[in-house]
Amino acid sequence: MYLPDFDYYVPASVAEACQLLAENIDCAKVISGGTDLLPKMKHGLLSPQILVSIKKIPGLRKIEYVQGKGVVIGAASTINDIVFSEVVQQKYPSVSNAAHTMAANQVRHSGTVGGNLVSAVPSADMPPILMALNATATIEGPNGQRQLPVEDVFCGPSKCLLEKSEIITEIIIPDQAMTGSTYFKFALRRAGALAVVGVAAAVQVENETIKDARVALGAVAPVPMRAKKTEEFLIGKKISDELLEEAGKIAAAECKPITDFRASEEYRRDLVRIYTKRALCKAIDQGHV
Amino acid sequence: MSNFIVDNNGIKRYLVTINVNGIEYTKVVKANTLLVNFLREELDLTGTKKGCELGDCGSCTVLLEGKPVNSCLILAIEADGMKVTTIEGVASTANLDNIQEKFLEYGAIQCGYCSAGMILSAKALLTENPKPTEEEVRAGISGNLCRCTGYINIIKAIMAASGQEVMN
Ligand SMILES: Cc1cc2nc3c(=O)[nH]c(=O)nc-3n(C[C@H](O)[C@H](O)[C@H](O)COP(=O)(O)OP(=O)(O)OC[C@H]3O[C@@H](n4cnc5c(N)ncnc54)[C@H](O)[C@@H]3O)c2cc1C
Ligand code: FES
Ligand code: FES
Repeated sequence: MYLPDFDYYVPASVAEACQLLAENIDCAKVISGGTDLLPKMKHGLLSPQILVSIKKIPGLRKIEYVQGKGVVIGAASTINDIVFSEVVQQKYPSVSNAAHTMAANQVRHSGTVGGNLVSAVPSADMPPILMALNATATIEGPNGQRQLPVEDVFCGPSKCLLEKSEIITEIIIPDQAMTGSTYFKFALRRAGALAVVGVAAAVQVENETIKDARVALGAVAPVPMRAKKTEEFLIGKKISDELLEEAGKIAAAECKPITDFRASEEYRRDLVRIYTKRALCKAIDQGHV
Repeated sequence: MSNFIVDNNGIKRYLVTINVNGIEYTKVVKANTLLVNFLREELDLTGTKKGCELGDCGSCTVLLEGKPVNSCLILAIEADGMKVTTIEGVASTANLDNIQEKFLEYGAIQCGYCSAGMILSAKALLTENPKPTEEEVRAGISGNLCRCTGYINIIKAIMAASGQEVMN
């Protein structure tokens, strides 16, 4: 399998990258890890004439805790950078563990978190946990910078709300009142398989009561989705087995899965029911795992 | 990467320097040259295999700056200025590497198509984690598919290469 011809640029800064994209608006694309883009180009689904590589732009690959901002993950950080990051492991092991469920080692060493978001695949593994933790993406374009909650990045399968000249530069996980979070992925194999269902939950527990909750679902709608009815149902209630069981049922009812070669709609809904309950249980009992 | 020439068809050809198995190669490549094809066709290092060419099978695994990656999803130009280790670079002398020896000893190779990638994943694993558990070995090679051996002998070989007792 060969790739069509294209020109390749390695801009030295985000501004230069955005300018290149703006000047070649209909024929240029960002390449980060290339693990999503290159297979598509090999299949002839995309044939950009220009690739703008962002992986070597200084600062785009660092992960750090910034006081008053939160955990800041550069968009060109690889999935394995997140798996092994001490900052992430210490603050939100749930994020590091979610990253570890993705693909296999080789792909995790190349693929990046920015690419995972912008590829906007419904089954992508990073969006649910980032959405549960209320993360935002910093987006830079020729006209400056803006912030978008991660959940508002997507607008359809393989579609997101980025202008063609814009780049995600970082993902920020803000400081949390949430006391626990986790991500559960169901896939047909333990490695190298996409999620049939992904469920992330974050909860704030006080006096055996759920003070706040965020639940995000992957692979069960055209985009990674918040389970808002489930969240509303949970907030303010005393924790019990029945409560979590009911929350699972509500999540199963509000998701919008399809039947495809990986699983039927019915099966996916049932997985959402069970995994929502398990994710909530774990986040309640074990903190950010 | 600023160095390129434009050929008669208007295609850019870029000058890259890639350190492969300790040797610096300076070559002219098109932007669309995949690292796996660069290794196999430009450098005649045909030990690196191509299976799926889509990132799924791991036969094209090489170490880029010490980390296992699928060379079918990396552009040669992206490796400019970087260090690549292929299966040809695993044995440091005329002798085979310990992992290679154990693969032979434990029958971890049948057709051999997966072996180059498998051994490089094992190499990366043992470099970072010299005494892995069996579970860690399984995880370490989970990006490498083998259609022949059923994996058991591969896992035994890697455990043996780490100097550990091999379960039956
Ligand atoms: C074998 C295999 C298994 C996989 N398994 C999984 C899995 O289990 N779970 C999962 O979630 N994914 C999986 N993937 C998909 C993919 O590896 C990930 O989504 C990865 O994180 C993509 O990142 P990348 O840097 O390689 O993206 P690229 O291919 O570089 O880019 C993807 C898209 O995003 C754009 N882009 C990239 N970065 C930015 C940015 N910072 N700003 C703006 N646009 C940008 C590109 O223009 C392109 O359109 C798998 C892929 C393969 C090949
Ligand atoms: S040939 Fe590269 S992963 Fe299969
Ligand atoms: S030995 Fe044949 S594919 Fe592994």
